[in-house]
Amino acid sequence: MQRIGVFVCWCGSNIAATVDVKRVAETLGQEPGVVYSADYQYMCSENGQQLIKTAIKEHGLTGIVVCSCSPRMHEATFRKTAESAGLNPYMVEIANIREQVSWIHKDIEEATVKAIILGRTAIAKLLLNTPLTAGETGVTKRALVIGGGIAGIQTALDIAEAGYEVDIVEQRPTIGGRMAQLDKTFPTLDCAACILTPKMVDCAQNEKIDILSYSEVEEVKGFVGNFTVKIRKKARYIDEKKCTGCGICMSVCPSKKGLNEFNMNLNNRPAAYIPFAQAIPNVAVIDPEQCIKLKTGKCGLCSMKCEAKAIDYTQQDSFVERNYGAIVVATGFKIADLKYFNEYGYADNKDVITSLELERLMNAAGPTKGTLLRPSDNTHPHVITFIQCVGSRDISGCGKPYCSKICCMYTAKHAMLIREKYPDTEVHVFYIDVRTPGKNYDEFYRRAVEQYDVDYIKGMVGKVYNENGKLMVQGSDLLSNEQITIASDLVVLAAAIEPEPSVRKIATLLTTSIDTNNFLTEAHAKLRPVESPTAGIFLSGMCQGPKDIPETVSQASACAAKVIGLLAKDKLKCNPCVSISDDSMCIGCGTCANVCPYGAITYVDKEFRLGGGKTEVRRVASVNEAVCQGCGACTVACPSGAIDLKGFTTKQIMAEVEAVCKR
Amino acid sequence: MNNEQAKIISELSGTNAKQCMKCGKCSGRCPMFDSMDIKPHQFVSLIAKGQTDKLLESKSIWYCLSCMACVERCPRGVAPAAVIEAVRESVIRVQGQNQLKAEEVPQFVDPEFPQQILVSAFRKYNR
Repeated sequence: MQRIGVFVCWCGSNIAATVDVKRVAETLGQEPGVVYSADYQYMCSENGQQLIKTAIKEHGLTGIVVCSCSPRMHEATFRKTAESAGLNPYMVEIANIREQVSWIHKDIEEATVKAIILGRTAIAKLLLNTPLTAGETGVTKRALVIGGGIAGIQTALDIAEAGYEVDIVEQRPTIGGRMAQLDKTFPTLDCAACILTPKMVDCAQNEKIDILSYSEVEEVKGFVGNFTVKIRKKARYIDEKKCTGCGICMSVCPSKKGLNEFNMNLNNRPAAYIPFAQAIPNVAVIDPEQCIKLKTGKCGLCSMKCEAKAIDYTQQDSFVERNYGAIVVATGFKIADLKYFNEYGYADNKDVITSLELERLMNAAGPTKGTLLRPSDNTHPHVITFIQCVGSRDISGCGKPYCSKICCMYTAKHAMLIREKYPDTEVHVFYIDVRTPGKNYDEFYRRAVEQYDVDYIKGMVGKVYNENGKLMVQGSDLLSNEQITIASDLVVLAAAIEPEPSVRKIATLLTTSIDTNNFLTEAHAKLRPVESPTAGIFLSGMCQGPKDIPETVSQASACAAKVIGLLAKDKLKCNPCVSISDDSMCIGCGTCANVCPYGAITYVDKEFRLGGGKTEVRRVASVNEAVCQGCGACTVACPSGAIDLKGFTTKQIMAEVEAVCKR
Repeated sequence: MNNEQAKIISELSGTNAKQCMKCGKCSGRCPMFDSMDIKPHQFVSLIAKGQTDKLLESKSIWYCLSCMACVERCPRGVAPAAVIEAVRESVIRVQGQNQLKAEEVPQFVDPEFPQQILVSAFRKYNR
């Protein structure tokens, strides 16, 4: 017979204001099996925990029920408390009388009755609890970073610095990501390439880091500490080991119509190309959509000229499978589609561009070699109008409901750089709010206004139309309550950012959660911002939410610290609440293995004694306890009721249901 | 301050003025902006503040073309044109103004009119 103790927490006034805690403690104290009950102001406090420990020892309790907040909040706390008093930690049950009772009810009588029912339910379950012991698994001392932008690079460098091996999987032919496309960075205006490329080189030279460029994650199996990942290396049609990055293939390639993605499609590139001069790895790639040899079989010029004999038109996608202890998602962002915003004329006018396109037009390595020329006729624009919040903070369904965070600062940067380099240019900025929190950020924006004479107009643009070769930007100037029209030569849209679309597939592969905007969800918005709710999966950079470079780098390092903390462990404690199959009842149908999302169930042939010296060999389910995450899908699917979940057995759940229904 | 009136206008327009983030895109797009004494964005803002008196006296309500450009372009799902329309209706419906007098009706009656039209016209205008 169990001896149960019940502890009712007031949570200050959080619970006690709506629930009669004394009555709950007294009523539950009368339940069969309960030998002790108490209430206390803060059960999670040092004193509250001491109260529990003392009661366990003095009353010889075999299990405890804590009526308090959600188990997500303090189940672990009270399990530790019980364990330190010599109780098995799985002999602890939590009745959630805060989130499920006091916070959602107003009537004290109603709330108190409900709290008693929930307490009684927890007691009913606890009566059937058995002590459980957590097993242990090893940790593969290697991390995978998905995405090779500044976030992925920083995380990988930090993990490698701690002595662990890291692989970076990057879907593009080179690492560097969005930051490599930028011209200057705010608020210090140092050139993006100057600060990024040394880090890229560090990655390439670090013997702990392996860069798998032009590759994608194909399949993920396993669990925290023991992931097995299949990676697809897309066919480059160039032998990475032989290619010296000399660029001869680029210059001889006769197919020059491919759009240059690195330059935001502002110019063309050959079918055989290296994305940019400082690419890592500095290896060419052939675009099969553009390559004449691959499309028609005739050409082969690059192969003839390549001194390293690196060209291989027969190359196929290949696969590598590796084991990792931790996985970091650093998939980054892209500029949101502007197809629903035809009022700005982006699709119809070549001189209406996005800010990222402007970055390329101002970059010394860009299509205009850093001279600001407008795309339509390559002339110098004299009037430039910036429009902020294009598609951000939009709940009409056309755009994104969130603030993209970086646009205010990069627009101030663009405006300033243009006024610095071309003082004869007039620069206007239409803004709704200027949001510049951050060290030296507001000072930066004010410099654009005060020193560089940038004309900031509070208001939004209603339409952009072409009149005699000028882009007429019509909008409101709210402070003077006027509708104004600015005849401009170039219009720059601060388009909303959105997570890189491939993140959806990756989130599915990793069974981690994603929000309605496709940003990955953190385990806790404030206290665990770089961990995903799935153990062993970490978040770095824009995939988690909009952020600028300094913030991305900070988060990337924080993420690395969490990964290092995990990889430094030799053993991980497993969750003991896992499935167990009763061999005598299993019919070997295979249903449980089909529904298992973790691949934890296999089938084995087992010999059973039939009596009278006879034996029989039957196929039965076998659960790998290290892989099982205790989701319970198999227990529901099993037609013969052979599989059960430890800690949440069918009997326990039914006892809970009965306790809830009992009046 | 006339909160009751503001509530009625909000209900009639079916728009929640509090969603407005004061970007002014509606006024940036409005083709009748120059003819208006109170601008489209101000309609939304005055409704949010419950200051309907100014709106009811405004000449803008007779200038709005109901082209719906402001509704189409609003990033916040607010419909300034619907607010203007609601103010217009409120002005028309104010007691003692613009009402149809029963004795004046017979001269307009066409024998082809369905009875329902007459009934609903009285309901609408002859409070």
